[in-house]
Amino acid sequence: MTQVNRLDGGLIDREAPLDFTFDGRRYGGFAGDTLASALLANGVRLVGRSFKYHRPRGIISAGSEEPNALVELREGARREPNSRATMTELHDGLVARSQNRFPSLGFDLMGINDRFSAFLGAGFYYKTFMWPKAFWERVYEPLIRQAAGLGALSGDPDPDVYDRGFRHCDLLVIGAGPAGLMAALTAGRAGAEVILVDEDFCAGGRLTMERESVGGLSGNEWAAQAAAELAGLPNVRVMPRSTAIGIFDHGIYSVLERVSDHLPVPRAGTPRQILWRVYAKRAILAAGATERLIAFDNNDRPGIMQAGAMRAYVNRWAAAPAERIAIFTNNDDGHRTAADLAAAGVEIAAIIDSRPDAPASNIAELFAGAVVSNSSGRRGIGHVTLRLADGGRKHLSCGALAVSGGWNPNVHLTCHHRGRPQWQEDIAAFIPGEGVPPGLAVAGAARGIFSTASALADGRDQALAQLAELGMKVKTAPLPEADDAPVTITPLWHVGGTKRAWLDQQNDVTVKDVGLAHQENFRAVEHLKRYTTLGMAGDQGRTSNVLGLAVMAELTGKTIAETGTTIYRPPYTPTPIAAFAGRSVGRDFRPTRLPPSHHWAAEQGAVFVEAGSWLRAQWFPREGETHWRESVDREVLATRRSVGVCDVSTLGKIDIQGSDAGAFLDLVYSNMFSTLPVGKTRYGLMLREDGMVMDDGTTARLGETHYLMTTTTANAVGVYRHLEFVRQCLRPDMDVQLISATDSWAQFAVAGPNARRVLQVVVDPQHDISNEAFPFMACGTISVCGGVMARLFRISFSGELAYEIAVPSRYGDAMIRALMAAGDAYDITPYGTEALGVMRVEKGHVTGNELNGTITARNLGMAKMVSTKKDSIGAVLAGREALVAEDGLCLVGLQAIDGDNVTAGAHLFAEGTPVDPAHDEGYVTSAAWSPHIGASIGLGFIARGADRHGEMVRLMNPLEGRSARARICSPHFIDPEGERLRG
Amino acid sequence: MIIEHPLLGPRDSQEFTCLGDASLLQRPDASADDAAETFFDYQYLRDNPAGTHRELWYHEMGDRSWLVVTRDTATHEILAVELASDVVTAGGRS
Repeated sequence: MTQVNRLDGGLIDREAPLDFTFDGRRYGGFAGDTLASALLANGVRLVGRSFKYHRPRGIISAGSEEPNALVELREGARREPNSRATMTELHDGLVARSQNRFPSLGFDLMGINDRFSAFLGAGFYYKTFMWPKAFWERVYEPLIRQAAGLGALSGDPDPDVYDRGFRHCDLLVIGAGPAGLMAALTAGRAGAEVILVDEDFCAGGRLTMERESVGGLSGNEWAAQAAAELAGLPNVRVMPRSTAIGIFDHGIYSVLERVSDHLPVPRAGTPRQILWRVYAKRAILAAGATERLIAFDNNDRPGIMQAGAMRAYVNRWAAAPAERIAIFTNNDDGHRTAADLAAAGVEIAAIIDSRPDAPASNIAELFAGAVVSNSSGRRGIGHVTLRLADGGRKHLSCGALAVSGGWNPNVHLTCHHRGRPQWQEDIAAFIPGEGVPPGLAVAGAARGIFSTASALADGRDQALAQLAELGMKVKTAPLPEADDAPVTITPLWHVGGTKRAWLDQQNDVTVKDVGLAHQENFRAVEHLKRYTTLGMAGDQGRTSNVLGLAVMAELTGKTIAETGTTIYRPPYTPTPIAAFAGRSVGRDFRPTRLPPSHHWAAEQGAVFVEAGSWLRAQWFPREGETHWRESVDREVLATRRSVGVCDVSTLGKIDIQGSDAGAFLDLVYSNMFSTLPVGKTRYGLMLREDGMVMDDGTTARLGETHYLMTTTTANAVGVYRHLEFVRQCLRPDMDVQLISATDSWAQFAVAGPNARRVLQVVVDPQHDISNEAFPFMACGTISVCGGVMARLFRISFSGELAYEIAVPSRYGDAMIRALMAAGDAYDITPYGTEALGVMRVEKGHVTGNELNGTITARNLGMAKMVSTKKDSIGAVLAGREALVAEDGLCLVGLQAIDGDNVTAGAHLFAEGTPVDPAHDEGYVTSAAWSPHIGASIGLGFIARGADRHGEMVRLMNPLEGRSARARICSPHFIDPEGERLRG
Repeated sequence: MIIEHPLLGPRDSQEFTCLGDASLLQRPDASADDAAETFFDYQYLRDNPAGTHRELWYHEMGDRSWLVVTRDTATHEILAVELASDVVTAGGRS
C-alpha cells in the first residue's frame, strides 16, 4: 500500500523501508518512523476507541503524553497492551492491534455507550448499579470490566528479562532538548560526571520537530552535533529511550531505559528494559512542555491534534495528517504551524485565531476573534463549524484540525516531593513552585522559558549554578544563535456549546462532567480529580488537567491561581510492572536457602516444603507408599522404636561471647543463664518487653564466657535483631559480642532409643558419651569421623533419647551420609518436618503456632520460668493484671474422639453452650495424626485449661463448616515423666 | 533515602530497618516502685511527630549497627546520625 500522506523531507531513512501490520492490514513505513507517524503517513486516522463511551479516536500528540493511540503490540507471550503508538519505534514486521473494541475498530458494538452518555457521566459508578446489592459482584462489575477498559495481557509468562541497575553522577540532566543539551555540554566540557537521559530515541527534543536554525545549522543538525560531542566525552553518558519516572529522597532518581522495545526480539543476553537507580549529586529537569488543546463540542474526532504534534509529524516524519488542514489557536504557535504545514505543501483551510487582535497571515484565510464550535464527520473529522467574531457561523471542510491552546511546562517531577506548581499569568501556565526537590534545578520550557534562544541560555546557566554548588569552577561558553520569539497568548480554555466537549480523552471526561462535579460540590481540585477521574489517565493529566481546572475556575468565579492544581507522583509515564520486578520473578523472587543435607535428601526422593526462606525435606516417601501419611507415620514410629535422623540446621544459632555473656542472657531470657554450668544446655524463654513470648530455644554454655543460643527457624532474624538492640541500645556497657552462626553449622537431630548406639559409631572413641558421662542436657565440643570438630548437645524435641550433633556446614553432606551408614544396623530412618511436627505435638513442645504473639509464659504453664530474682525483658509488663488473671488461657492437649479430627484454627466451646463469641473459650493451635496414640490430637489454649483435663469440648470450625469433639488432656501425650529423654 | 552511617559513610536506606522513636533507649528501672507505670509508658507511648524526630535504625543488611537518626519526617532531611551505643554511653546511663 502506498503511503498516501507521506511528504518529502523529514528525518526518516527512505533507504530503509519497513513493513508492519495494524489490525491485520499491511502497511509500509521507514526507519525513523514511530508507529503513529507511519499510521498517519498511511492515511490511518482511526486508531482506538475511548475508555468509557467507545468513541472513535485518533492520534493527538507526538510524544509520551498520548492519551488516545494506545495499541497492543507484538504477539504471543510478548503481546503488550496499552502501548503508546507515539512512543513505539517502527521495526520491520511490527504487529499492532487496536484495543477496547468489539468486533472491530470500525464497528464497535459498545459504541452504544455513547448513546447512553447521559447516564454515564461523572460519578455514575457511585450512583448506579446500587441495587440489588448481590448483583454487584456477579453482574455489574463483570459487565463494567468488559465494557470499559484497555488492552489485555497475553496471560502467558513474559519471556523477556527485565533488569535493575545503579548509576552515580555529578549531574543528571533530564531531557535532551535545547536546554538539556546545553546543560549537558556545559557540565560535560567542564569535566563533571554527567548522565543525560531522554525518552526519545534521538537527541534534540523539539529541535527535531521544528524548522529553525541554531548556531547556523538546522535545529536537528545542531542537536545531532551536540549529542555526538557528548558521546565523545568519557565523563558523559547519553541514555536515549530513557525516561526519568520518579525523584526520591536525597538525590535518587528512577530512570526507565527501554533497551529493546524497538527491536522485534531483544538481542541475546540483553534485557527488554532496565530500571536504573541513579544517585545524582545534582540534577537539571529540562523536560520541556506539552501543548494543550481547546475544548469544543465533539473535539475528540480523529484528525483533531495538537498543532505542535502536527508540525512534528510534518517536519520530522514527513507525514501529513491530511491534505487539507484547518488551524485553531489562541496564540502565535498556530501561525507557526500554518507556516510549517504550508511550506511542506499542505493546504491550509483556514487559521481560526480566537484573539480579535490576531496577527495577519499571508499563508491562509484568517478568522480573527473566531472559534471552532463543533466538528462533524464519520470516524474522523470532515468539517468544522466556526462561530465568527460577528456571531455568524461558517462551515469549513478539512481533513484534520490543528489545535493550539498554549503550552504547559512538564513540571511533574518537581511535584514528587509534594512541590506545588504556581500559576504564571503571562504564559497562562503552571510553572514549578514551592517544594522542588533539593538538588534539582529546572531549565528551559519545563519552567516556562519557551524560546529556543532563552532555553539554551537557561540550560547553560542552570548547569553553571549547579556546578558552582558542587564547587566546580567553569568558564562561561558562548551560546549558539537561535530563534527568540516571545510568547503571546490570550487564554481560551473551552468554547461554550450544547454537546459534549472533551477535556480528558483517555478517561472520557467532558466539560459537562466538571459542571456536574461543581453542581454536586466536588469543587476542590483534589475532589474534582477523584469524582470525575480528570487527569487520572496514563498521561497524569498532561493533556487535560489545566483545561479542567480552568473550567472549574470559571464555574466557581475564582482565578486559576486560586483554584490551584493537583500534583503528580511517580511514575511520570506508564511503566510496566515487570520493570519494577526486574529479575525478582519466579524462583528468583526471593532467595531459597538449602540446608546442608539438601542434595542428599533430594537423592532419597524427599518431598520438600518451603519453611520461611528454607527449602526443607517434608517427608521421605518409600516405594509403595501412596499417601503422605503413610510415610510420616512410618517415620514417627521408626524413630520412636529405633532411631531417626533429621536435618535441623535451619534453627537459628547465635554465638554469644564475652565476660558479661551470662548477665546479658539473664536480661534477654526470662529464666537464669548465668548460673548454667559449663557443658550444660538449658531451655530458655524469651519475652518481648510487653510480656508476650517472643521465642524459645535451648542455649548451651560451651565455656566460661561462651554461649550458643538456638532460636526457632522462623524467628532467627528477629531474635538476632532484638539481641543486637539489647546489646547496643540498652547495655553498651556490657562486654558481650554476638555473631549469627546459623549458616556456619550443619546440625542433625538423632533421636530414638538407639540414638546413642548410632552416635557412638561416628563420635571419635576418646569422647565418652555414655548416659553417665554425657547426661540429658549435656553439651560439649567433640570430634567425629576421625578428627572433624563437632558439637554435641543432648537435647530432645521428639521426646526420645536424642542428641543434636553439629559439624561445620561444609561437612554437613558427609555427616548425614556417615550417620545413615552408622545407623544402618538399627534401620535408621530419615524424617522430615512433618514427622518432626507430629513428634513435637505428641511431646507437647510449643512452636510458632503456639507462640503467636498473644501468648504469655503463664498461658504456656511456664509462669515460674519468669524469674523474679532479676530484671529481664518483659518481666515487668508480664505482671500486668489482665495477664495474670486466674481464668486465663492455658495450654492443653486435645484428643479427638469418635474418629473425629482435630483441626488447627478451630475454636473451643464447652458442651451445650451456644456457638457465639461470648462462649468462645479458646482455640486449637496445632493438630496432627498421632500414630503412637492412634488418634487425631492437637494442642490448644482454653480458659482454665490446667483444671479441665478429662473434660469434653467441641471444636468448631465455621470457616470450613466443620465441627468435632475432643477430650482435654495433658499436652504431653507421650512420656510425661520424661524417662525416655534421660535413658 | 541515604543515611550517612558514622562508620561506613553514605548507605542506601534499603539496607536498614526502622524501629521508630529513639525513646526506646531509655528503658526504665525495673526495680523502682513505679516500674509498672514507667514500663507501660516506655512500651506504648511513642512520639510520632511531623517534623524533627529521633529514630532508631538498624543496619540489618550491613554491619548490624543500631543508629540514632535525627530526621525531619515531613521532608526526610536527615540532620544527624549517631551510633546508638555512643548515644547511650554519652548519656551516662548504665
